[in-house]
Amino acid sequence: MRHLPRAAALGPFVALAVACVFFATRSDRFLTGENLSLILQQVMVVGVIAIGQTLIILTAGVDLSCGTVMALGGIVMTKLAAEHGLPVPVAIGAGLAVTTLLGVANGLLVSAIRLPPFIVTLGTLNIAFAITQLYSQAQTVTELPASMTMLGGTFRVGGTAVVYGVVVMLALYALTWYVLRETASGRHVYAVGNNPEAARLTGIATQRVLLGVYVSAGVLYGIASLLSVARTGVGDPNAGQTENLDAITAVVLGGTSLFGGRGAVFGSLVGTLIVGVFRNGLTLMGVSSVYQILITGILVILAVGTDELSRRGAG
Amino acid sequence: MTLPTDAGSVVLQARGLVKRYGHVTALDGADFDLRGGEILAVIGDNGAGKSTLIKTLAGAVVPDEGEIHLDGRRVHFKNPLDARRAGIETVYQDLAVAPAMSIAENLFLGRELQRAGILGRVLRALDKPRMLRETVAHLAELKINVRSMDQPVETLSGGQRQSVAVARSAAFARHVVIMDEPTAALGVKESGMVLQLIRRVRDKGLAVVLISHNMPHVFELADRIHVQRLGKRVAVVDPKRISMSDTVAVMTGALRADELAGETLA
Repeated sequence: MRHLPRAAALGPFVALAVACVFFATRSDRFLTGENLSLILQQVMVVGVIAIGQTLIILTAGVDLSCGTVMALGGIVMTKLAAEHGLPVPVAIGAGLAVTTLLGVANGLLVSAIRLPPFIVTLGTLNIAFAITQLYSQAQTVTELPASMTMLGGTFRVGGTAVVYGVVVMLALYALTWYVLRETASGRHVYAVGNNPEAARLTGIATQRVLLGVYVSAGVLYGIASLLSVARTGVGDPNAGQTENLDAITAVVLGGTSLFGGRGAVFGSLVGTLIVGVFRNGLTLMGVSSVYQILITGILVILAVGTDELSRRGAG
Repeated sequence: MTLPTDAGSVVLQARGLVKRYGHVTALDGADFDLRGGEILAVIGDNGAGKSTLIKTLAGAVVPDEGEIHLDGRRVHFKNPLDARRAGIETVYQDLAVAPAMSIAENLFLGRELQRAGILGRVLRALDKPRMLRETVAHLAELKINVRSMDQPVETLSGGQRQSVAVARSAAFARHVVIMDEPTAALGVKESGMVLQLIRRVRDKGLAVVLISHNMPHVFELADRIHVQRLGKRVAVVDPKRISMSDTVAVMTGALRADELAGETLA
């Protein structure tokens, strides 16, 4: 019985491995270096968003606005650089500031005013979407300065081209892993999600922990904006639509509990890869994208079901 | 960490505590005396102000009137953190632990040991080996047996969980440990284990305040019993010289304190 949690933590890895083996038997192209690199490139944006989402879900919250906030950050960066002629670092800084500010707003509403995260971020989702459309006039921003899309460039490992943004994503995972595991702040995130009353009684400033989590998520969404711009080469006002839910799916598939306090950030990377592998593999098999959405939906319900059942089992 | 106060001298004292909630008077001029190295049980019927009294001493409630003295110095606790900084730790009834976190993490929750140098100061990086070592030492000192300090608290029995909560308080308290119904949620065997543990905490030199509804536990453990009734302390009795039924009679008002024989008072 004592080894059950450890076995459960391996679940996402097993699911990922099974999916990879399955698609490898279905398509010769699946296991090529080129295709695996493509999968990583396709998931780097949602992968970074999922880090922020993990932090929030660990505190028993959820952020429905993550992808839309990311899109707004991208529009701000690209418009300021391409249309207002601001220097690229300043434009990027402004985009980061906007996503961070939305994180501050979410965080204050959740921590200081104690509103439910689900409703707060549903509101932010709509606000960020509207601002994005109004500011961009629903137009894609093109003709970006080259330095803005630098992270979309590639370097070669063996014979395979790897995008710089993927390295950024992996580095952010490693950093978050370290902070969550090895620092007092990280452990406080778990404590606040696991038993907020116990955390408060031991003197942890639970409100500050919550605010910190939403602000950190905002910064991460801003970095995801930059990666998205770098990957697509444009500022897209309709970006982030699938990422809103894909990020939550990835976190839950990765074994982080929606009830808070349990999970690990690398699980979210695995969850992100599961979503990415399914999308990629099904595309290679020629399955239409509607079925991909269907399968993602089934996957997330399976993951949440496992979470709920294991929680009941733990009693 | 423990600075044993001279046995017998008063460690924590309160005089004339008043606390009103609207038109309800929870404390109506309550006094309180806790001596060094003793277990003082606080008993009282529902609504006697027992819980408000304890919260006042633990810093969770600020009294409208009255004074609290710790080791002879007047203190003003604005929140539980103030009381903790002054050396008063509280074990709350509802097992205030984070179940998914390990024993060592729970012991140091909110007071994590940080590494020396830049990692500790800037990133608040944890000194996990030292936290583990000190957890082992604290639990050994109180003779608490668990398989591994790395195991999540939720894998422990109710009594073991409560033991972790008690060990946490004993590890950090310098003067006083307040225990609010520590055996309320436990079975007979588990209760025995926690009662034994409370004795060891006292034998470490700490003064213990025990709030309990369980008269047999109170009589088994307490050196003195503070009887609270209608917002006041009506008597302090000696459990070795008074019967359980007389004590309950004073608590419920069936017997007045001045009707008790002099030697039963403590």
